[in-house]
Amino acid sequence: MSSLAIEASGLEKSFGDTKAVNGVDLAVRRGSVYGVLGPNGAGKTTTIRMLATLLRPDGGSARVLGHDIVEDADRVRGAVSLTGQMASVDEDLTGRENLILLALLLGFSRAQARSRADELLEAFGLTEAATRQVKNYSGGMRRRLDIAASLVVTPELLFLDEPTTGLDPRSRNQVWDIVRALRESGTTVLLCTQYLDEADQLADGIAVIDRGKVIAEGTPGQLKASVGSGSLHVRLLDPEQRPEAQRLLAAALGDDAVHPDPDPAALTAACPDADRGAEVVAELIRAGVRIADFALGQPTLDEVFMALTGRPAEETGEIELQEQAA
Amino acid sequence: MTTTQNSHPQRQPSLEEAMHKALRSAPRPRRATPLQAALAFGWRGMLKIKHVPEQLLDVTITPVMFVLMFTYLFGGAIAGSTKEYLQYILPGMLVMSVLFTTVYSGVSINTDLTKGVVDRFRSLPVWQPAPLVGALLGDTVRYLIAGTVIMTVGYILGYRAEAGLGGVLAALALVVVFSFGLSWVFTTMGLLMRSPNAVMNAGFMGIFPLTFLSNVFVDPDTLPSALEAFVNVNPISILANASRGFMAGDVASSDVLIALGTAAVLTAVFAPLTTRMYRRA
Repeated sequence: MSSLAIEASGLEKSFGDTKAVNGVDLAVRRGSVYGVLGPNGAGKTTTIRMLATLLRPDGGSARVLGHDIVEDADRVRGAVSLTGQMASVDEDLTGRENLILLALLLGFSRAQARSRADELLEAFGLTEAATRQVKNYSGGMRRRLDIAASLVVTPELLFLDEPTTGLDPRSRNQVWDIVRALRESGTTVLLCTQYLDEADQLADGIAVIDRGKVIAEGTPGQLKASVGSGSLHVRLLDPEQRPEAQRLLAAALGDDAVHPDPDPAALTAACPDADRGAEVVAELIRAGVRIADFALGQPTLDEVFMALTGRPAEETGEIELQEQAA
Repeated sequence: MTTTQNSHPQRQPSLEEAMHKALRSAPRPRRATPLQAALAFGWRGMLKIKHVPEQLLDVTITPVMFVLMFTYLFGGAIAGSTKEYLQYILPGMLVMSVLFTTVYSGVSINTDLTKGVVDRFRSLPVWQPAPLVGALLGDTVRYLIAGTVIMTVGYILGYRAEAGLGGVLAALALVVVFSFGLSWVFTTMGLLMRSPNAVMNAGFMGIFPLTFLSNVFVDPDTLPSALEAFVNVNPISILANASRGFMAGDVASSDVLIALGTAAVLTAVFAPLTTRMYRRA
């Protein structure tokens, strides 16, 4: 058996004149969490839908858990689960009914289906909401149910498409915990996300995807190293002092590193590490610049894109729309 | 639950444990058989009726209105007396009300497609036509409800079937089987069109004239000859004839066979088409 859970080469898919996926190669180790990072419309969802056998590729090939996604689609479906970007549960049914339905479809008997549903509801903290219709769930509850629905039978490979988009921080952390627990249990996870910090937190490997192509690949550490830095955000009490602060930051971190924010009192600067960031802030204070607040952040997806492509991550919503119409 | 609700730090590990347990204890059972899968989807249809009972309003109120309007508005003019007309029109009304309900099968498939849940169904290792067959099995319950409502209203208004309850049940069964076949046409439309409303409009644009250009409302002898010829070969006329025949106790077996044959042909053509389009990648 191959040690790779996913091997894709040259996957292509067009919708009308738009090439949504334009030659994607992927190699995902079994048992790992692999992040596919990119802005809206980069081709993440289309790639995942092809790998999950929901879309037939126009070109290229892929094997999932050793099975060809076109020739052996049924075997692929027998080993994977998909939690799509739109909630893939029935909103009119209760949480418990959704899980029982899926268990029945996977071959459980009625009694087994009920007990498996209850087990999952408890595991995902949904016991109290079990008999409510899903349309009355909060975003976080819906997401958890959606993931639970993918785990009625523990899949060898789980596709998670933007599992935390639109969730509050607490719900996001719960989803992250679930992904970590899945990895411990040996399930391979392919995680599509727009957030670098999410990929950084969870993934063993990351592919950055842009305009239907993988433009960079590596561990989160390598990727961040290739971007070179995190960023320092500084907000001043007095916007009048911004030119002076900008001059000081440029002197300390380099001319190219600093750019003013849309906020007239704020500045952002690329900054190699936390120590240097703290020093620079101290310099500003010593020079009499009054600071309202400052933060050191990891590079964002935008900054990764800037570094990799020399342009900001652009949203191409058009492709998503065509995909839904297709 | 043994832990208390308000002690957050204690609750977390127990949730985590439950999650690990849930992830461990998930042996994959043997694949669901096609029948099991279709029945599970049928059960989903039942649950929808339970949770969204409003959907039955369309199915029940419209046909009741039709029966009342036609019987009391046109009955005297067409058949001399409302009582006599009711005797003629009710078996046809049964056909019409159930056939109208089939349009909703296409509407609900289309509604499903606008939600993410179809992706999950399509990514399951089940017999591929199961979601559609199951949905239509669930819909047959709606057809039965629509048919029962019409027959009950008819009975209250004074309709009496010469062949008794057995005749009524036989007619109902035939109409439901025919509708199962016809509903594949609307599921195909449901997959072709862009919105549930479009399916509804196009569906009724087809079924409405077909129903009126049948012998459901008037005896075709009174029609211009070209129209009469069409009405006589209209499958809806034949189904209405069979349904009248069952209830009157003098059914022509050719009518029944043609109705069943039409259902079989519709299923043979449109079921594979629908399934392919549902799967279409």
